Amino acid sequence: MSVAVEADQAFLDAIRRIADEAAAPNADSVDREARFPVEAVDALRAERALSALIPTELGGGGISFEAVAQACFELGRRCGASAMVFAMHQIQVATIVRHLDGSDWFEGYLRSVADEQRLIASVTSEVGTGGDMARSIAAVEPNGDGLGRFEKQAPTVSYGHHADDLLTTLRRSPDAEPGDQVCVLTSRDQHALEPTGTWDPLGMRGTCSPGNVVRAEFPLEQVLSAPFAQQMNESMVPISHVLWSQLWLGIATDAFDRARAFVRAAAKRTPGETPPSAIRLSELMSELSLLRAEVATGLRDFCDVPEDDRARLSEMKTILRFNNLKIAASEQAPRVCQKAMAVCGIVGFKNDTPFSVGRHLRDTMSACLMVANERIHKTDATLLLIAKDV
Amino acid sequence: MSSEIRKIIAEHAHLSVDVDSLADDANLYQAGMTSHASVNLMLALEDAFDIEFPDSMLTRSVFESVAAIEAALTQLQAAAA
Repeated sequence: MSVAVEADQAFLDAIRRIADEAAAPNADSVDREARFPVEAVDALRAERALSALIPTELGGGGISFEAVAQACFELGRRCGASAMVFAMHQIQVATIVRHLDGSDWFEGYLRSVADEQRLIASVTSEVGTGGDMARSIAAVEPNGDGLGRFEKQAPTVSYGHHADDLLTTLRRSPDAEPGDQVCVLTSRDQHALEPTGTWDPLGMRGTCSPGNVVRAEFPLEQVLSAPFAQQMNESMVPISHVLWSQLWLGIATDAFDRARAFVRAAAKRTPGETPPSAIRLSELMSELSLLRAEVATGLRDFCDVPEDDRARLSEMKTILRFNNLKIAASEQAPRVCQKAMAVCGIVGFKNDTPFSVGRHLRDTMSACLMVANERIHKTDATLLLIAKDV
Repeated sequence: MSSEIRKIIAEHAHLSVDVDSLADDANLYQAGMTSHASVNLMLALEDAFDIEFPDSMLTRSVFESVAAIEAALTQLQAAAA
């Protein structure tokens, strides 16, 4: 077995243990109290999982993207919010790793993420852009002496108050067009978050994502200067869609497992008879297998793009492909959870039974909203006018 | 070819500045062209030059400047000849 494969396996063994021992026991209280999943994130830090995607030469784990995707699935099976925090952090890390473009400052920064297991949140949405991540209003404003500053009105900042650092999208300069964006990395001592709302949502409650005004002052070397449009097409969007779909599959898989446990318990009570719910379980399995197939091929299609041919991810047919992964998985995951509830009946609907799937259903209902499917369809509709062999 | 490309850009790219004030290698996205506008530009170019951009050319960078568009069109016309 190669060293890399061994490292991936050890990483996944650790993730499964964290999922069972730190995420699962706290999933209900994280959900009920809409609190940050501190136990799971502390355990991930202790296993150095926050630097999994950072290359070993920068002090990271050098873990494969496939293994990190699998980790999102495993965590999703036990606590959707823990999985989402983990996935979002890995999306920021992957984007920096892939686009640091030889920047000394960002290489040093990645070393500190590995050394200190720093947690990164993102500030990509903005009030007034209609949910379009590809446009910004707030800009990097030069502040003299090689410093910059910004103030951004963000409608949601997931776990911003629990993160060590923020990756914020901004216009490149005060006179730049809305689509001429860069990313800026600021640490806790360089930015301030002023909450503008409360956080009492239907699902994914542990992500703690209220609106905030974000203000920061920072040295300009902390601007990741590659155009954000490129980072978005080549990394942030496809990686988000792949990792999110994995954790949605994880949540749906646990809902299926609970439905199956319910049917088995019923079968044991009536030996020799197949309980009526068994048929519905079989129907549920075919729904789950559709989700599994799309999520698995999405990951494979992403991993099939060679590192030295990332530009392929900017092709419209590829953008369409990963947009469709997001749309399909975000619609299918809550469908599976709802059908699991139909299998379990009232004990699935109640919040305090071994067969409860309410949290699963509520968590997966967020999927079609985080980057609204309607917006993605609008983008796809335009791309389909010109793309050829999709 | 450059002047015809500029005419189509003026009609479809919705730039925030006059296209004639831009150099051939100036970035059109930085001049305000959105992704949506870029698709309309591509359709208009296909129509005007009677070509089809293959999927491998349908990326941001191919349409980022007058010069880049001209290079892409020249390449397609040479391939068709």
